[in-house]
Amino acid sequence: MLKTFARTTTPILAAAKKETAAAVKTIFKAANVPIEWEQLDVTGYTQEGDLLFKQSVDSLRRNKVALKGILYTPISKLGHQSFNVTLRKDLDIYASLVIVKNIKGYPTRHDNVDFAIIRENTEGEYSGLEHQSFPGVVESLKIVTKSKTERIARFAFDFALKNGRKKVTCVHKANIMKLGDGLFLNTCREIAEDYKSSGIEFNDMIVDNCSMQLVSKPQQFDVMVMPNLYGNIVSNVGAALVGGAGIIPGANIGREFALFEPGCRHVGKDIQGHNTANPTALLLSGVMMLRHLSLGDHANRINNAVYQTIQRGSAKTPDMGGTSTTTDFTLAVISNL
Amino acid sequence: MLRSRSIAFVKSLSIPKRSFASAASPITEPYSGKKNANGNYTVTLIPGDGIGPEISESVQRIYQAAGVPIEWEPVNVTPVLKKGKTTIPDDALQSVRKNTIALKGPLATPVGKGHVSLNLTLRRAFNLFANVRPCKSVVGYKTPYDDVNTVLIRENTEGEYSGIEHTVIEGVVQSIKLITKEASERCAYYAFNHSRDIGRNRVTAIHKANIMKLSDGLFLEACYNVAKKFPDIHFDDVLLDRACLHIVQDPARYSDTVMVMPNLYGDILSDMCAGLIGGLGLTPSGNIGRDASIFEAEFNDQDYSPLKTFIDLANPTALLLSSIMMLRHMHLNPYAESIENAVLKTIAEGKHLTRDLGGQATNTEFTNQIINNLN
Repeated sequence: MLKTFARTTTPILAAAKKETAAAVKTIFKAANVPIEWEQLDVTGYTQEGDLLFKQSVDSLRRNKVALKGILYTPISKLGHQSFNVTLRKDLDIYASLVIVKNIKGYPTRHDNVDFAIIRENTEGEYSGLEHQSFPGVVESLKIVTKSKTERIARFAFDFALKNGRKKVTCVHKANIMKLGDGLFLNTCREIAEDYKSSGIEFNDMIVDNCSMQLVSKPQQFDVMVMPNLYGNIVSNVGAALVGGAGIIPGANIGREFALFEPGCRHVGKDIQGHNTANPTALLLSGVMMLRHLSLGDHANRINNAVYQTIQRGSAKTPDMGGTSTTTDFTLAVISNL
Repeated sequence: MLRSRSIAFVKSLSIPKRSFASAASPITEPYSGKKNANGNYTVTLIPGDGIGPEISESVQRIYQAAGVPIEWEPVNVTPVLKKGKTTIPDDALQSVRKNTIALKGPLATPVGKGHVSLNLTLRRAFNLFANVRPCKSVVGYKTPYDDVNTVLIRENTEGEYSGIEHTVIEGVVQSIKLITKEASERCAYYAFNHSRDIGRNRVTAIHKANIMKLSDGLFLEACYNVAKKFPDIHFDDVLLDRACLHIVQDPARYSDTVMVMPNLYGDILSDMCAGLIGGLGLTPSGNIGRDASIFEAEFNDQDYSPLKTFIDLANPTALLLSSIMMLRHMHLNPYAESIENAVLKTIAEGKHLTRDLGGQATNTEFTNQIINNLN
């Protein structure tokens, strides 16, 4: 994992919602964060996006670190492959980390929720290997490999260890996909043995049961590790428990590169351009990035300002039940710095 | 090897007993069972494992008290070895085939031991192509959500649960998700028809076609094709992750639609919806098929394992609610309503709840109270 960092530039790949990107830049500037942005307004909506996307991959290769919004992926078969997935796969940014935690001052239906979701980012159902073997018959391959599973399992246990968490839960469907998810589960079990002496507990849960437990007893979870698609589901269920897509940050960590983006990975097309988007998710992703860059003081300042703003409740965006704009929220955060 | 297996599987899916070419013809065989000499319908009863026999007995007692014109034909589905494979005994299969309708308790599926799940076997044997899972908040059982009223239809024969997997080289596994136009359309037809039956005028497809462009794309395309045949019903589609977020944040958004989706997504989302209203103990489930329809209580593989036995502590509600779906499928609506009211009233009263519902009552006490509440 990348710790030291030579350059002070960080590319920001276009946040699909430009207003949230603007919010982050404004706040980081106000907090005197010593980074320069290399901004690339990539979009998944138009053809021009392709070229910009290539530039942004190059930029990320140069700078090693990026903050990014979520890029739209067309559903059409003729449309481009997901930029989001391509980026993670090509640069081997294998671990997705999403932390789901209640925010003070923003009550939801569930209390005392605090768990981390670790998701394999580069294989599984998102392999992109599909073919039509006969008209009207399509096969889609889910790939599970021992080496990538080992890597993600170790990431999960290391994360638990470093962050004082006690339990790792493997989420799978090995009762039906006996080979694929079976390999994932068994590999996690093997890795768990290595961490037994550090006192990290290990258990496993079938994904359908897990989704049920999440909405009824979310307090039981600590660190969860799972293949790609289940991660997509669990992170969204998790976000919904504590207040929605607008407040959940995410980090994607690879061998060489790190990519920070909102944890729920929604484009938010419906609220785009109205200056109503909640920038918290992107902001907190930015805070995670600052910690990654060893800019802990700046990270804490911004982090505290964001939480204070939410707790005071004076600038709630519509998703939090208020009427404030993205700009109002941004100004409130700056005043709390 | 891989190809030949998958093609064989596709063939087994597409036995053309009924064609889907004709416009809005019903794909489901409506229930056409005849009354026997005693004026009753015969229904196969599969009590199942663990708590199954106990909750099946509750259902039988309540049905007797309500005077439902049904005669149960209990069968044993303990797996037998046939040609080197574990499978369901012929007697059981024949009974279901003859009666075309069955009520089933939980069946245990061992994890990762090379057995094909018995549930999967039943689904294949009777072409149970759609799983219907309604979830409605139950008055008297408090959860953080009191506004849930979702209906979910899950494609039941293929997708991620095709059972086609192999190890390419040591440490590398491919699992095949199989999507066919035929199965997708069949499931979509049922969703639209069901939407009409229950008085909803909206169907929502849940998919991940932005990532799985071909497979989920085909499912989605099939839904759009079928939607054209139902101009009175509004059709829309939502990405899986978005649907999860929305349902858990505000389930009321989905209370006017029937969701339809591929197998795995349906498995996960149906249990998630069940979680919103208090768990699988309160949710019914119906498997609609071409050759038979099986109504069952879904049980959680780990938490509420059919392998665990309880002494008179189990909650029969899920099986009862499933049997009520079955009664409606058999057009025995007045009985369905009377039993449903008695069950919901008993839970709302809150005096005779089983332990999983936060009470102290035994299954027998709970069942007796339901019988008392029958009109």
